[in-house]
Amino acid sequence: MRPILMKGHERPLTFLKYNREGDLLFSCAKDHNPTVWFADNGERLGTYRGHNGAVWSCDISRDSSRLITGSADQTSKLWDVQTGTQLYTFNFDSPARSVDFAVGEKLSAITTDPFMGLPSAIHVKRITRDPDDQTGESVYILKGPQGRINRAIWGPLNKTIISAGEDAVIRIWDSETGKLLKESDKEDGHKKPMTSLSKSTDGSHFITGSLDKSAKLWDSRALTLIKTYVTERPVNAVAMSPLLDHVVLGGGQDASAVTTTDHRAGKFEAKFYGKIFQEEIGGVKGHFGPINALAFNPDGKSFSSGGEDGYVRLHHFDHDYFSIKI
Amino acid sequence: MAVEAAAPPSKLRWGELEEDDAEDLDFLLPPKQVFGPDENGIKRVVEYKFNDEGNKVKITTTTRIRKLASARLSKRAVERRSWSKFGDAVNEDVGSRLTMVSTEEIILERPRAPGTKQEEVKVAGDPLASMGKAGAAIMVCRKCFKKGEHWTAMCPYKDLAAPTETSIDKPPSSENTATSAGATKGSYIPPSMRAGAERTGTDMRRRHEENSVRVTNLSEDTREPDLHDLFRPFGSLRFYLGDVGNGAALKLDVNMIMGRLRIFTTSINLFVVVS
Repeated sequence: MRPILMKGHERPLTFLKYNREGDLLFSCAKDHNPTVWFADNGERLGTYRGHNGAVWSCDISRDSSRLITGSADQTSKLWDVQTGTQLYTFNFDSPARSVDFAVGEKLSAITTDPFMGLPSAIHVKRITRDPDDQTGESVYILKGPQGRINRAIWGPLNKTIISAGEDAVIRIWDSETGKLLKESDKEDGHKKPMTSLSKSTDGSHFITGSLDKSAKLWDSRALTLIKTYVTERPVNAVAMSPLLDHVVLGGGQDASAVTTTDHRAGKFEAKFYGKIFQEEIGGVKGHFGPINALAFNPDGKSFSSGGEDGYVRLHHFDHDYFSIKI
Repeated sequence: MAVEAAAPPSKLRWGELEEDDAEDLDFLLPPKQVFGPDENGIKRVVEYKFNDEGNKVKITTTTRIRKLASARLSKRAVERRSWSKFGDAVNEDVGSRLTMVSTEEIILERPRAPGTKQEEVKVAGDPLASMGKAGAAIMVCRKCFKKGEHWTAMCPYKDLAAPTETSIDKPPSSENTATSAGATKGSYIPPSMRAGAERTGTDMRRRHEENSVRVTNLSEDTREPDLHDLFRPFGSLRFYLGDVGNGAALKLDVNMIMGRLRIFTTSINLFVVVS
């Protein structure tokens, strides 16, 4: 396949997300402007100007009208997707990291990092249809995890919130009461900080990636470990194909090891694994730096990866991808 | 998404013009011909025109049309296609090179077949055995290990095995590449990553001896550039071109250390003696 290279960001990529219909791709990076691209040919549509810090993640509403972003400048902003105007700014006392709309976009979960004595927290905010009615008050705030929460998403039917972070423990919270329902087992769980979390299309299972060079597949309701995928590199990003039983892991070496290993150009790869038998299907090389973000198009026919090198690589699969026999 | 290559216009010489019928000049130029996209997606457009000097000129434009993706878009998505640009994209012109199609063809590389490791250990024994054969060409394909049949590049079983630099999986690949890179580029390698560190009992000097391959019976005219060309598929090597001596059977000494073939993991210091 011939990947489409998009160099819209000068700094490393942090997050990639497709809209529900799969025609727009949103990219967030450490430069302060999230960008939206057309997902078929990679043409840039626009950028959202307004943040003053690295943008760590974003989420897009189902009708692709609203975008929410979380940034290190201690704010999370709501944007109008089409025009790029800011609709509302949520202010926090510490950098915002992960943002996720609930199904129906009436609520959103925004995590904040531990900062200056404040512990990390998950803020649940109500989102109104009309931006004029929007207020900044939280419905409730969840606290408890030690260390940074890298990703918090809504569980099936908005009943729960699933969070994963630096303390390598996955937590499931009740979204009505804010109580902690479950924590992942010490033995099953990751041994090092979890960097990423991605759920399946139906939300019944999700995959977490960690710096311990593995990714694990979990059941969303019972929080049981289903599968483990082992690689040679710390995992920074994970994604599941909506079409086939494939799982993709992206990562890279630790920064400390960079000068001591041979970083031959274009050798960082996104590794494909069979979801069920945990075996490696192959790798797609090309990035010049560790891969920090991965996303599958909802139609399953293409995927994109964002790296430390600031490039977004958009791959449309060849015919033989769909007939891979494991 | 379309790669264009224009062939230079071919000037028709007057001699050819005579042959070709001078009538062509009187009629209109031949019409533009389009050879539509064939199964490789190549479209050729042949046009004729008169250039400044009044010569008839044929211009062939070869284009490869690649369809990278077909999007069956919903109604809303089609509307979004016509949204106007905003933010930093407002001043973008069509020629901006923000979005480019990669010139390299990237494939989903399947992992190598298991069994490769054992085969490599075996082949070390074979060259030793063939040492005695006079004039035997040592043509070992690194992929299927059939001697004397084909070179690695011509191996019909290309898919099975991996390139030798990454052939041994454990210790982890980063360490392997570290040693080969460090030695080949002459760059700094920290003590933890040097070849000698983890492998017990090996220091820098012995490493030189261990990785040496001695190739004899080369032609007298052999020079370093030839050797570089010959051994390029095997990676980055250091050569020592020795003195001319007496002819002898081509020998390939392979040093095996601790039962493992280490020449594939670190750089090879090649001492070449022309004899």
